[in-house]
Amino acid sequence: MNSRVVLLLLASIAFGLSACTSPQVKDNVPDEAPMTSGTEQQGDGTATYGLNEDGTYAEGFDFVNDPQSPLNDPQSPLAERIIYFDFDSSQIRDEYLDLIAAHGRFVAEHSGLGIRLEGHTDERGTREYNVALGENRSKSVRSLMELQGVAADQLEVVSYGEELPIAFGHDEMAWAKNRRVEIVYEAR
Amino acid sequence: MRHQLLVLFALLIWQVPAHAVLEIEITQGVEGALPIAVLDFSSKTTGTLADDPAQVVRSDLYRSGQFQTQEGPALAQRSSAEYQAATQRWKVKQVDYLLTGHIEQQGDDRYRIEFRLFDTLKGEQLLGRSALTTAKGIRLAAHRISNYVYEKLLGTPGAFDTRVAYVTVQGVQKKREYVLQVADADGHNPRTVFTSTQPVMSPAWSPDNKRLAYVSFEGHRASVYIQELASGKREKVSSQKGINGAPAWSPDGRQLALVLSRDGNPEIYILDLASKKLRRLTNHRSIDTEPVWHPSGNSILFTSDRSGAPQIYQKLIRGGKATRISYDGPYNADPDVTDDARRLAMVHRSNGAFRIAVKDLQTGLLTVVTQGRLDESPSLSPNGSMIIYATEDKGRGVLAGVSVDGRVRQILRLTDGEVREPAWSGFTKPSK
Repeated sequence: MNSRVVLLLLASIAFGLSACTSPQVKDNVPDEAPMTSGTEQQGDGTATYGLNEDGTYAEGFDFVNDPQSPLNDPQSPLAERIIYFDFDSSQIRDEYLDLIAAHGRFVAEHSGLGIRLEGHTDERGTREYNVALGENRSKSVRSLMELQGVAADQLEVVSYGEELPIAFGHDEMAWAKNRRVEIVYEAR
Repeated sequence: MRHQLLVLFALLIWQVPAHAVLEIEITQGVEGALPIAVLDFSSKTTGTLADDPAQVVRSDLYRSGQFQTQEGPALAQRSSAEYQAATQRWKVKQVDYLLTGHIEQQGDDRYRIEFRLFDTLKGEQLLGRSALTTAKGIRLAAHRISNYVYEKLLGTPGAFDTRVAYVTVQGVQKKREYVLQVADADGHNPRTVFTSTQPVMSPAWSPDNKRLAYVSFEGHRASVYIQELASGKREKVSSQKGINGAPAWSPDGRQLALVLSRDGNPEIYILDLASKKLRRLTNHRSIDTEPVWHPSGNSILFTSDRSGAPQIYQKLIRGGKATRISYDGPYNADPDVTDDARRLAMVHRSNGAFRIAVKDLQTGLLTVVTQGRLDESPSLSPNGSMIIYATEDKGRGVLAGVSVDGRVRQILRLTDGEVREPAWSGFTKPSK
């Protein structure tokens, strides 16, 4: 029930976007695009989008790269892809529970999608030990996503430890930004 | 009182590689370092040599922190009268030791290099050797002269002809490039062995110094590779689900200890390189990582947070219970052990700062030997006298060296980019 509402909402967001950002598509979709085909990029810079009658995306829709994908909609809750952690902790803060659940539901409903959970730590501590800590963070997120019914093979866990900081300072402000799990979508 | 020498050696390289030059700065030397005069080598060669052997020996000895080096012009003749006069001259200047050398071209690319070491107080020759080499081999020959001098005067083998592997990072954010390099222990001849847009970690030398094991995240997953340096050929030896990390060679080079999380959480495994058979060594629900082999080959030292925080443990290869080794403070990790198994270098946290500490395994005494805030990745020189480690200097990742007693310090700085994760090779075996 809940998931259907989300889907319809997402579909309408995507549809609405197509109407206002791509005028060429507005003309083509209703008449010419076969209702069950996927996305097709034409050489002339136009593109057509398939949409099923029930409002779901057609098979082959490129959720990862398609600009119409809810994953690429800055207004969507799914646009938020980073979960931050406290020092030396892999416990999920309450504020991220809804976000993780939303991503979990989305990927559970799209079997063609997978998620890579990239765990990171701040620079303090030894490097390989931090790889282990980063993996614990990814795994915390994974367990919560699994509660949404995501298939095990849709979730991949990788830990970079302290190797890929997004903030470069050597202070608490930078460290707080670097203790994180990044959710990365991939087509399977 | 410890005096600050603060001399900067800009080590220029005759063939500038793609990435950066390492500069070495001695920040602290030993009080009472041995005074030695290293005279220019007399030479009979057709062209000018790319490397000045006397200068190589001087900077080797000086960099060790154990010597006060002085310069002097080459002797006009290689006669006993000349040698006697020279030792007398330096004795008067209170320089206890004198090194003279000579280099002579004997063919197209064939040189004979010789040296003599004198005790000026006694007025006698302590050592004299010669060797044949090529133009390119002169630098290495000079490093070996430094080895002879070091061992003769200090009683410990020198490690001036060894190498260091390390990882540099160039560029920022999405455009980062990770570069695995190998350079001479004095920072010369940096050579790139692997580059990637994804992180590269944990280089480890094979005992014969011919191969490097390392972790690469290419393809968005961690795998352990072994690369042969001469050919550049590499083999993926571990790419399981989850962590594949922290490779460490057994002393006989036949096995690789590594960390895998395929069975749930990070555990130490032993991979037999010939049969590819994998055996799990640790079994604990905590983090077990950063293995290093005891020189005897019959146990592994590693980091585990089974007590609630990271500490060093030791476990026999044949199994049994892990024994806790470190008890000082709340954080001890990433051990390295000297070849004589007498000392352990590790990362130690005190007052919120991560520093390198040395634990004497006989007395149990722990000494913090560095003064940084984010010091890590200690790697011991093969003679056990120095530790090379990573630290930050003005917000930038640099390598630094410190003697195991903390009395000698040096910084190795890349001209640009960050440098980290140094790994000191083993002794090179000169072909005699």
